[in-house]
Amino acid sequence: MDKFRMIFQFLQSNQESFMSGICGIMALASAQMYSAFDFNCPCLPRYNLAYGLGILLVPPLILFLLGFVLNNNVSMLAEEWRRPQGQRGKDPAVLRYMFCSMAQRAMIAPVVWVSVTLLDGKCIICAFCTAVPVETLGNASHPSLSQGEMERILARIPCKEIYDGQELITNEVATRYLRCISQALGWCFVLLMTMLAFLVRSLRPCFTQAAFLKSRYWSHYIDIERKLFDETCTEHARSFAKVCIQQFFEAMSTDLAAAHCHQPREASTDAGETTRKLLGITDQGTMNVALKSWHRCKPPLHLHAPTLPSHNSWAGEGQPPVHPLVPRKEVAAYYSRV
Amino acid sequence: MDRFRMIFQYFQSNSESVMNGICGLLALASVKMYTSFDFSCPCLPRYNMAYGLGIMFVPPIALFLCGLILNRQSLVMLEEWRRPQGRRKKDLAVIRYMCSSIMQRAMVAPVVWIIVTLLDGKCLICAFSGSVDPEKFAGFANTSQVQVQQLLAKVPCKDDELMRNNTSRKAVSRYLRCWSQVLGWSILLILIIAAFLARWLRPCFDQATLLQARHWSNYIDIEQKIFEETCCEHSRLFAHKCILHFFESMRQEIKLHSFSLRREGDGAEEEEDLLRGVTDQDQVNKLLKKWYYEKPPLNV
Repeated sequence: MDKFRMIFQFLQSNQESFMSGICGIMALASAQMYSAFDFNCPCLPRYNLAYGLGILLVPPLILFLLGFVLNNNVSMLAEEWRRPQGQRGKDPAVLRYMFCSMAQRAMIAPVVWVSVTLLDGKCIICAFCTAVPVETLGNASHPSLSQGEMERILARIPCKEIYDGQELITNEVATRYLRCISQALGWCFVLLMTMLAFLVRSLRPCFTQAAFLKSRYWSHYIDIERKLFDETCTEHARSFAKVCIQQFFEAMSTDLAAAHCHQPREASTDAGETTRKLLGITDQGTMNVALKSWHRCKPPLHLHAPTLPSHNSWAGEGQPPVHPLVPRKEVAAYYSRV
Repeated sequence: MDRFRMIFQYFQSNSESVMNGICGLLALASVKMYTSFDFSCPCLPRYNMAYGLGIMFVPPIALFLCGLILNRQSLVMLEEWRRPQGRRKKDLAVIRYMCSSIMQRAMVAPVVWIIVTLLDGKCLICAFSGSVDPEKFAGFANTSQVQVQQLLAKVPCKDDELMRNNTSRKAVSRYLRCWSQVLGWSILLILIIAAFLARWLRPCFDQATLLQARHWSNYIDIEQKIFEETCCEHSRLFAHKCILHFFESMRQEIKLHSFSLRREGDGAEEEEDLLRGVTDQDQVNKLLKKWYYEKPPLNV
């Protein structure tokens, strides 16, 4: 118990390094996904732009949403947001803090994807190859072509095997130009994001430190309270189940004794632990009946004192199971909540 | 358990070695980023200089900012700097010490990037191929101004059709790479000499103030960590008490509404305690509903 408390404390107090580790893993996963992805430019005039920009922008959106989905604290935030006020006031600052910290972590993978995509260059080359300035970069002597024809030729720049416009503009020149622009955009994006992260992190102590300490404490508190409540409920459910089952076996053994006109065998003080644990069932037939009864007619969810008569008449086969007298309310709700 | 306590204490007291570790990792990441980056000079007259110098200076700025962000001590320093004085005086020497140690660690990764770039040579070749004196190289000597600019701009691109077997291209490339590597090694030498002198001469100046500043900066760091831990421990106990009170109040309510006999039996007390008086499906449902609709006040 002490060991778990130590680990708990360590992770909690070093949450910073724990979370940094998770962010690092997400960033690596995003970079790996990009390198494993087989980029395949269509090399057709209007499709290029759609494909290139799609690969640049759609996976980051998916990764961002995935970052929220995989974060365990999202349900905690939603619960705290939607709960009725009751006797405990709601602090919007705490909700904002929780949302901000989750959003920051979810932003890492998309930013890494966009940076890696721009620094690699394939997307931008595919998307903007029809916009290359042929007048400045192209060869001076080329027959004047219609707009559509020029676009069709330029669209094939990313596909070196089928490119047929070497007289118009060489493939290498166009590719180098576009890649240079893509990489410049990539590095500017990286610099911008790093500066943003730096500002967000360093302006906080300058302006809102007290409010920050409060929000952090209460958001930890909400998390711990939820976990402890779940633990307490689990403990309670265990005890409930244990007592319920004990009462089931006891009721059965008294019913059995009544049916066979035997006195209930008193567990004598020196009979030993094992005899007591047999709960009055000592032969095959009785055990089979007990198991069948457990399946056909489970006891009601109502623990009672031993003097009250049980409602579980199972004695003998062929008897229809009696419905428990406890009114059945919201059984589905019970099972879905806990 | 003893081992956990040792690791725990190690991290608590040795944040400096953790920071050194992060600094080293960032330097390695910087080298890895450079090697995996696909350098592709545009080989166009005005773009070369912008691209080459951009690749040499923009990533170091990003790495420097990363070094500041990842270093926990920078937050601690900012908090110490901006806190209201209250009943504890602020010592500017401590803040200066922390600031200088943070800056030194954050500068490692950018410097590594710049040195690796210079030793490799591609950036400088790309940036300054258009600035060499064409008279020095046979292939470029007798061409018009505009054409020579175009040709020189294409020097970094080995596979370009004009430059494929051009010996003057190789000459320009070698010349620029030589300059680049000389610059790289000189910068490295100067930095190492500066670091060496700084470390050796430091004890000659103000050693006592330095020891004090180091001690108090360490203290501020540990104090903050322990405060966070204590808050965590406190919120755990607070939550525990709050939940117990809640179950207790439910037990009172159930006692008021139902007149069930208390079970008497040996060995049943433990289970009874754990059940906390909630022994019925309805009671459990009511408890869970109340937990959602009316959380208890934060007042134990």
